[in-house]
Amino acid sequence: MPKVISELDSKTECFHCGESCADTQIISRDKIFCCDGCKMVYEIINQNGLCEYYDITKTPGLTQKTKIRAGKFAFLDDQTVQQKLIHFSDGSFQQITFYLPQMHCSSCIWILEHLVKLNLGISKSQVNFLKKEVTVLYNSEQISLRKVAELLTNFGYEPHISLNDLKSSSIKKYDRSKILKIGVAGFCFGNIMMLSFPEYFASGDILEEDLKITFSYLNLVLALPVFFYSATEFFISGFKGLRQKFLNIDLPIALAIFITFSRSIYEIITQTGAGYLDSMSGIVFFMLLGRYFQNKTYDTLSFDRDYTSYFPLAVTKFNQDGSETQIPVSDLKVGDRVKIHSHEIIPADGILFLGKANIDYSFVTGESLPVEKSIGEILYAGGRQTAGSIELEVVKEVSQSYLTQLWNNHVFKEEKEEKNKSFIHFVSQYFTIALFSIAITSAIYWSFNDPIKVWSSVTAILIVACPCALLLSSTFTNGNMLSILQDFKFFVKNENALERISKTNVIVFDKTGTITQSTQNGISFVGQELSDEQKQLITSAASQSSHPLSKAIVSFLPFYKKRLVKEFKELKGQGSECLIHDNFIKIGSAEFISNKKSDFSNDGSKVYVSINDEILGCFIIKSQYRSELKQVIQDLKKHYSLALISGDNNSELENLKKIFDQDADLLFEQKPIDKLNYIKSLQNQGKRVIMVGDGLNDAGALQQSDVGIAITDDINNFSPGCDVIFDGKQFGLLHRILMYCKKEKNIIYGSFIISILYNIVGLYFAVQGDLSPVIAAILMPISSISIVLFTTGLSKYYSSLIKN
Amino acid sequence: MSVIIILIAASLIIAIGFLIAFIWSVKNGQYDDDYTPSVRILFDDAPNVEKSEKSIKTEHTNQTKTKQTNL
Repeated sequence: MPKVISELDSKTECFHCGESCADTQIISRDKIFCCDGCKMVYEIINQNGLCEYYDITKTPGLTQKTKIRAGKFAFLDDQTVQQKLIHFSDGSFQQITFYLPQMHCSSCIWILEHLVKLNLGISKSQVNFLKKEVTVLYNSEQISLRKVAELLTNFGYEPHISLNDLKSSSIKKYDRSKILKIGVAGFCFGNIMMLSFPEYFASGDILEEDLKITFSYLNLVLALPVFFYSATEFFISGFKGLRQKFLNIDLPIALAIFITFSRSIYEIITQTGAGYLDSMSGIVFFMLLGRYFQNKTYDTLSFDRDYTSYFPLAVTKFNQDGSETQIPVSDLKVGDRVKIHSHEIIPADGILFLGKANIDYSFVTGESLPVEKSIGEILYAGGRQTAGSIELEVVKEVSQSYLTQLWNNHVFKEEKEEKNKSFIHFVSQYFTIALFSIAITSAIYWSFNDPIKVWSSVTAILIVACPCALLLSSTFTNGNMLSILQDFKFFVKNENALERISKTNVIVFDKTGTITQSTQNGISFVGQELSDEQKQLITSAASQSSHPLSKAIVSFLPFYKKRLVKEFKELKGQGSECLIHDNFIKIGSAEFISNKKSDFSNDGSKVYVSINDEILGCFIIKSQYRSELKQVIQDLKKHYSLALISGDNNSELENLKKIFDQDADLLFEQKPIDKLNYIKSLQNQGKRVIMVGDGLNDAGALQQSDVGIAITDDINNFSPGCDVIFDGKQFGLLHRILMYCKKEKNIIYGSFIISILYNIVGLYFAVQGDLSPVIAAILMPISSISIVLFTTGLSKYYSSLIKN
Repeated sequence: MSVIIILIAASLIIAIGFLIAFIWSVKNGQYDDDYTPSVRILFDDAPNVEKSEKSIKTEHTNQTKTKQTNL
């Protein structure tokens, strides 16, 4: 999405990436750029006549300030890695799909689909924007896989290749059979309906006899694909349920379809009637449509991520003789010496051997500020090194590391769905039993009174009382609610998770990143009063760096016009220095500014500032609670018991006690496995738990809980495996959204009552043994449509509860 | 009566034709991505390449000092 930029500062923004740049001298063809990287990309695009890139969206580019290491994709030269990533190879032509998280606008699509013009070796590239994927077909004799990845990286679209890509070597195929089944059922339903029309209106004699026979046989032919193709999933699932000795809803449906079909064949062959093929294919069509609507997935989101989606594929290892090789992360052994470059993720626990470690654990804990580590300390896997390269010795294998061993826990091997069966399956058991008792009663009645009618009444009962309306009411309710919740950036994994939300009574929060804001930090300045000119100098200097702390300072002092910066130097992990109009400015750690040892405290990170070697003071940057937190907790208290579980120390205990109840469970210094066990202990007390978390260290608890809600400030960003992905910006709506989810049951109950009413009307005809095809054909669509309208209307009505 | 049979047969053949077209389009992957094609169709290639070249040329005439080497 293009940013809205005011007229005033539009002159000083980079033509390529739109970042505001001071009066830089980096100019090419009248265009201003913020850095040489952006200028270079522009020139390549210009040379190749691809300037339309800049016409489609304003400043579509991506900042080139963070440099990517030259050898980063060296592992792509490895044959075994290549084989697993490439999903199609025809002699010299190879096809690969890259995931490009930076893709964000139409210009991105345009440039990525014109890769052909940038390199002759590439013969085709196609984008799937929603999945943020590009599929590239290239000639491996002219360009190597590594070169393709590097070409994309040069334009700012760095492919994300993780350990997870190695596991699934086959291409993820789209499931097209669902759409096909609906299409075929719809086609047959329409045509059977058309051919049955004469039967409905003519009372038999008017229609010529052989025409009638022709029509009924045509219907039979058209019904075959519905029965043998479209309806297969009902038979399979019904049979599976039967084998597990569980009466699921698909069993009575499968039975009804089977009986309708056999009775219709019998009637057509013996020429005793027209059969109910129209109703049968209609039911199948509507039910498939409902299921499709309900299971609509979100292309951009993934709910089943584990650590492998975050971890890199390869790592630089030192051999015995000191040379470096790239080896797959899974081959790492205890005792190996590895090199972690800047902005790489540490794949396994290790002892820091060489270099200055400044580890960003935001993936793991949600804490956005990097942690400093010194030589000899253990670095845990999952952290991202932010300052220069370091060397470490592996002390635990990848799967046995502090964080990753969490996934060896058995909760990750169970499906949550198995644990509690959904309401609809529960109801269907009683429904099936009631249905059979009605059928048997009427069979007994007719066998005494009019034995000819036994067969017709029993089959009619099973046909008309098919619980399809029941299935429709739940699928359409869930489908509607899921899409309404999506509008509030509350993405629920599936209908089962939605149902589980309505049963919960405890909410457990994680602290860092969940109830604190990771994007907006609380900043204060301690030291002497700053003059306007000093503020201007500081913000000009800080805006040159892409470090999160510098960015925080810039956002703290946003209103000053940036000035020209000379001799800018950034020392990774320490700070930066530069010259502005003969003023020498240093921003960074205490050690960097004054050679004093840095005093790390829990108050937050301190950034010292000096101008011309005079120390002015320091910025204190600490994370803040979300502004809506108090209100949300107040509201949630009324309906849930609340708890907090954090990996941090208890310095915030008093503050949190004021927000939560005095007697609420507030636990600190909890390891990932402790969090999981805490949730388990709550569940053993019979409680149903919602876990609200964000980092990978919450992954165990999210998985163990009845409903795991992952809060993320950027929904396109990574989030751990969970049932719900929730945008942090909407946090204030959490209470209302949960209340809305609880309404799901009311809607299903309501539509359930409607469907029972229709069933009673149908049964009234059926038990008398004279259910005519016309009545079946009228009842079926009316009940389906009225249920769809009822559920849609009610879920829309309740959604106004969230808005107001 | 035979007329009706012929008409029905004809209508069914046409309908089956559409069904086959639908099946083909699904198998061809036309329902896999329902967003990107809607953007892609708005890109018109050939004229714009000329246009961007032209705009570059006009820029170059303005920049009299620099020598044009790239085009």
